[in-house]
Amino acid sequence: MIGLVKFGSDFLSLMVQAPQLRPEAASSIAEGVDHLYFVLTFITLFFTIAIFSTIFFFMVKYRRRAENEVPADTEENLPLELAWTIIPTLICAGLFLWASSLYFENSRPPSASTEIFVIGKQWMWHIQHPEGVREINELHVPEGVPVKLTMTSEDVIHDFYIPAFRVKKDVIPGRYSSLWFQATKVGTYHLFCAQYCGADHAEMLGWVYVMSPADYETWLSSGTPSETMEKTGEKIFNKLGCSSCHQPDGTGRGPSLAGVYGKEEDLKSGEKRLVDEAFIRQAIINPNSVVLKNYPPIMPTFRGQINEEQVLQLIAYVKSLASEERNSNGK
Amino acid sequence: MSTATLDVHEVPTGSRVNYLNAQYGVKSWLLTTDHKRIALLYLFSITLMFFVGGTFAVLMRLHLIEPQGALVQPETYNKLFTMHGVIMVFFFLVPSIPATLGNFLVPMMIGARDLAFPKLNLLSWYIYIIGAIFTLYAVISGGVDTGWTFYTPYSTLTHTSVIPTALGVFITGFSSILTGLNFVVTIHKMRAPGLTWFRLPLFIWAIYATSIIFILGTPVIAITLFLLGLERLLHIGIFDPAIGGDPILFQHLFWFYSHPAVYIMILPGMGVMSELITCFSRKRIFGYSFVAFSSLAIAFISFLVWGHHMFVTGQSIYAGLTFSVLSFMVAIPSAVKVFNWTATLYKGSISYDAPMLYALGFIGLFTMGGLTGLFLASLATDVHLNGTYFIVAHFHYIMVGGAVMAYLGGIHFWWPKITGRLYPDGWARFAALVIFVGFNLTFFPQFMLGYLGMPRRYAVYPSEFQVLNVMSSAGASILGIGYLIPLIYLTWSMRYGPTAGPNPWGAKGLEWTTPSPPPTENFEEIPVVTEDAYDYAHSTVTRG
Repeated sequence: MIGLVKFGSDFLSLMVQAPQLRPEAASSIAEGVDHLYFVLTFITLFFTIAIFSTIFFFMVKYRRRAENEVPADTEENLPLELAWTIIPTLICAGLFLWASSLYFENSRPPSASTEIFVIGKQWMWHIQHPEGVREINELHVPEGVPVKLTMTSEDVIHDFYIPAFRVKKDVIPGRYSSLWFQATKVGTYHLFCAQYCGADHAEMLGWVYVMSPADYETWLSSGTPSETMEKTGEKIFNKLGCSSCHQPDGTGRGPSLAGVYGKEEDLKSGEKRLVDEAFIRQAIINPNSVVLKNYPPIMPTFRGQINEEQVLQLIAYVKSLASEERNSNGK
Repeated sequence: MSTATLDVHEVPTGSRVNYLNAQYGVKSWLLTTDHKRIALLYLFSITLMFFVGGTFAVLMRLHLIEPQGALVQPETYNKLFTMHGVIMVFFFLVPSIPATLGNFLVPMMIGARDLAFPKLNLLSWYIYIIGAIFTLYAVISGGVDTGWTFYTPYSTLTHTSVIPTALGVFITGFSSILTGLNFVVTIHKMRAPGLTWFRLPLFIWAIYATSIIFILGTPVIAITLFLLGLERLLHIGIFDPAIGGDPILFQHLFWFYSHPAVYIMILPGMGVMSELITCFSRKRIFGYSFVAFSSLAIAFISFLVWGHHMFVTGQSIYAGLTFSVLSFMVAIPSAVKVFNWTATLYKGSISYDAPMLYALGFIGLFTMGGLTGLFLASLATDVHLNGTYFIVAHFHYIMVGGAVMAYLGGIHFWWPKITGRLYPDGWARFAALVIFVGFNLTFFPQFMLGYLGMPRRYAVYPSEFQVLNVMSSAGASILGIGYLIPLIYLTWSMRYGPTAGPNPWGAKGLEWTTPSPPPTENFEEIPVVTEDAYDYAHSTVTRG
């Protein structure tokens, strides 16, 4: 009983606070998404009210006045049928075009985005910055800079969701998914897992800290000095003995990895594949599925020997080889 | 509608032989092949499942009164929402109207003595029961925590009772397939003389469209769950990426059935609506052929929209665009139906009996459910709303506000025919009102929660979401009471309700030309049909 009274008073005190109707909008796409949301809300209210009031009006006006009354037939009305088929179709077409073009814009990261890596794991978020800084359940990002997240999962499907940015994407084991945003307001925002992932799904949350670019730089360089991802990747590369076959000059038993990232390669199967993050991951975990033309299928799998974070570090290293190649060509 | 004459008033109901008193004893029920008795077997079973599933919902809403969770551990909460979904979707909503009202009414509405395959019909019920037993066993043996969607690879890794649950759903699917097959054959081959396709009641069109989805869609969920079982037992690497599988493949297969399944749940409700609206406004349906063909259009397009459940899985932008445009398209035939029902009221003679109140409630709630679907068909807003409470609110407006309202409206409408008894009308109208208010209070705040960003399936939540959650829970308690009231007075009426005449609403349709309850053979003589459906204007049907 006392609990009930306490609960009642707690609830009342919550109720008198102004209820929040709109989530915080803190990214470059949030306003656009909300604009569409408001128009959709307006359309919903308009049609709901129109139909409710029509029904209510008919219910009163045409209420049964005598038990034996039999109303005359209403003629079928083709123009009316066509009107209420075509008008909703046009409204839907308009909404589709608007929503889709917005989505199209929102899905494409600007090419000059800062890249950050995310690994989901029951029930926490591992974040790694290319500079080597690692975070758990916290993501620090600079304001006004496009950030691209490359994400994967160690176990089951998770979903990376920042309501204030209006962005969400599934984080899937065995795949890389990505999302991007540009934060527009310094502050602290919720990070949720939005795909059910087991017992503590509801506690797989964190905070996103949007900082001014200067603060962000300070934050990156403070704390224990850390090694960049490509540096760690290079160490793993040598430790696992990758370098004995993948020699930079192409004299090893495997192809040289210099400049390979971002190129199209011919596979033994006759397929052409772009060498991207997913390709490199596949080549490490399941090498026989992506053997290059003119090379023997002799690479062993590294499945189970390295974790997703180390795969990402290896990828960072291979990517760095690509840019070195480009730089030397430019000279 | 029929030229058959029946001297039903001359025989007092008590002494007349009907399908209920033709035989007595448990065996006469468990071995019956009478479609009307099988309908009652289903009615009893799905009502039981509805209240089991409903109890889980009440526990969930109680738990969510406090941000840190008021009642159970997160593991238990996860099992509650899973079992709520599994039971409500596969064991209540999917069979609800087709297996009860459909079973009872399809032969009666088309002037037949039974379904085409009466023994198969009984078999369907037994299959349903076996499936239900497996699923209830899973509940008792510790429950399952995958969500009703069984997403891999979580469902291949969790240590809860996935196999018994999936087996239960797998088995029950065959009951749906057989029921669908039975309806399609019956509607094609057993219509009374003169009952052409375009004279059929729209309920029959809706059941026909539903049956097609049963037959074409259900095998896919069966295959999907079978593969899931194999994956769990033998680790063959279909869905689990750790052994070379593709977890997203599961979602494609699952939604290929489960999106059409949404229309399995709502199409029969739309059929019920057409019967109720016409009867209680004494009007022919406005735009018969538009309403009829919109059912088929919905059934067809429903097979092509599954990818809208996967906009945030990283499917290609172009796949997203395709599924988005198809999802907008499926909204159109639904809108056409709503407009035609509303127009049917125009210049009608509208009475406010309890079934009509449920019907009007349906139109309102279904309209809101349908329109909020546009937010989710729109790619840009779906990214924000997917996986949040907005989704939960949206599909409850369709499935509870729509399908359950229509189901209750239909049960109240045909109750006098099914049982031969009348229920207290005042209580029934009161219950309709309580359910409408409770429903909106439960689910409207969830739209707001979703937009604010609260993900679904959260056992605990940040405290800023508490006010809306408490409102929702308060609504759920009203809704729960709203559902208990009909359970009480309908049960009461079976024994103590006043005797019903053959046609208490003054309704058209062949089923109302028979005595209440009908005799085992339905019609003494197969009727000959000479009129269109809902021809109220050219007849003098009165309540009786």
